Amino acid sequence: MAELPILDIQGVGKTYTLNDARIEALRDANLTVRKGEFVCLIGASGCGKSTLLRIVAGFEAPTAGSALMWSKPITEPGPDRGMVFQDYGLFPWLTVRENIGFGPASRGLGRDATRDIVERFVALVGLTRFADAYPHQLSGGMKQRVAIARVLANDAEIVLMDEPFGALDAMTRERLQDELLDLWQRTGLTVLFVTHSIEEAIFLADRVVVMEPGPGRIASEHRIDLPRPRDVASPEFNDVRRDLSARLHSHHAKKAA
Amino acid sequence: MSDLTASGTVAAPAAGTGGAKLLARARPALLALIVPALLLLFWHLAVKAGMTRLIPSPAEVAEYMVDFAVGGIWDDAFSATLHLHLLASMQRVYGGFALAALVAVPMGLLIGRIPLIAQLFDPFLQLMRPIPVTAWLPLSMILFGLGPRSAFFLVFLGAFYPILLNTVFGVRSVEPRLFEAASMLGCRGNAQFFKVVLPAALPSIFTGLRLGLGLAWFVIVVGEMTGVPQGLGAVIMDGRTLSRTELVICGMIVIGIAGFVSDRLVVMLMNRLLRWSPMHRG
Repeated sequence: MAELPILDIQGVGKTYTLNDARIEALRDANLTVRKGEFVCLIGASGCGKSTLLRIVAGFEAPTAGSALMWSKPITEPGPDRGMVFQDYGLFPWLTVRENIGFGPASRGLGRDATRDIVERFVALVGLTRFADAYPHQLSGGMKQRVAIARVLANDAEIVLMDEPFGALDAMTRERLQDELLDLWQRTGLTVLFVTHSIEEAIFLADRVVVMEPGPGRIASEHRIDLPRPRDVASPEFNDVRRDLSARLHSHHAKKAA
Repeated sequence: MSDLTASGTVAAPAAGTGGAKLLARARPALLALIVPALLLLFWHLAVKAGMTRLIPSPAEVAEYMVDFAVGGIWDDAFSATLHLHLLASMQRVYGGFALAALVAVPMGLLIGRIPLIAQLFDPFLQLMRPIPVTAWLPLSMILFGLGPRSAFFLVFLGAFYPILLNTVFGVRSVEPRLFEAASMLGCRGNAQFFKVVLPAALPSIFTGLRLGLGLAWFVIVVGEMTGVPQGLGAVIMDGRTLSRTELVICGMIVIGIAGFVSDRLVVMLMNRLLRWSPMHRG
């Protein structure tokens, strides 16, 4: 592939030192993501999937290897990589509108420009009626829409999502998955999405990266070629799910052995 | 006839709900008045029964309060002087409190946020904090002389620690997630101070301000006990020296009301600034 990848993870490792004990959270991770791709990281807890995401976000520095965005090393958090947290991370003292405008305002955009952007993204995630509500007045699904809107409003090129729908009920989760795919297809976003649900990964991703723990590392990658929109009840979907599930379990069986 | 009964039965519940609504609205006020009313009654009966001759009855105190406020009954040295004493005390309370807030809030933000400053100040402040404000009285009289400046200093000192400690606590308990959110949105470094730390710590800061203002009214009496001609604390001390218990009680009541009104004002400001917080809707 001659095309320059948006993300290039080369031999990335992360070792924490905790009370003189060394904990290897991630070892020799290699991954490239092309612009516009939807990639899911999946694995049991302790497999380093969140660590990898946080390194890409710039919240943590790798202790080995390098993480590059457009060939430049990632050294700190930045608006080009928007993060969506499972616990939302909204500013409780700001309204929906102000939360979405936080990024543009922080980057020094003028009041008028910020307002235009905010109105566009409030409408994009369907929260016009709640634009002046505070986060505590919103449901979990609405909060996550705000969290997505605020990174999109900030011109994020790649959206990093750390189990974003993990705290939502099943119905809301399905709706938000549909909405996310719709946004992704319309805007040409790049998405790196951490989940522990096989079904969610297959439903969303172009590519599923399976990780395994002890120490955390990338075990295998799988291209999902199912046509979109994907039907979770179709036999083809089930074949992929069975296949991926077997791989996940074989990794775990190997580890147990 | 049947029409009458019909309209009667319709009208009766409507009037009933109207009355019930009024009662429901007045209920908190009525409930709040029960305990003070009983206390007044007990006070009145106790004086009437001759349990003590040193304490005047509620009616006598009320009469004296009117004289203290507008004069025209006893016309002594204290008649119609309430506003002078109240104003003098308020100046010291709000002045000392405002100065304490002005110093303690920025200092608390810095101590909570910058480890070096915390290391410099924390141990010292922890050592100074257990010293009761009243213990500072002699020293403050030496430092600031007998008089209002000493009272001002004591109020400042009394309000300072609750504001400082609650500000530090508020800053330290900001969710780390919010710093991550701010930095990935492009708000980094010192900009986070005003856009994240300050608003997130605001509920705690207000807790500190309320406690501080309460303590300021508490301390003012001690501060005005010596060498201050005017002030509610001075009135209470004078009342004691002159054995005029009704004066003492009037001073107490005025301080109570002034402290209560001050607190309500802070709470109103708080409810306005913290309408985003589910804990502070009012």
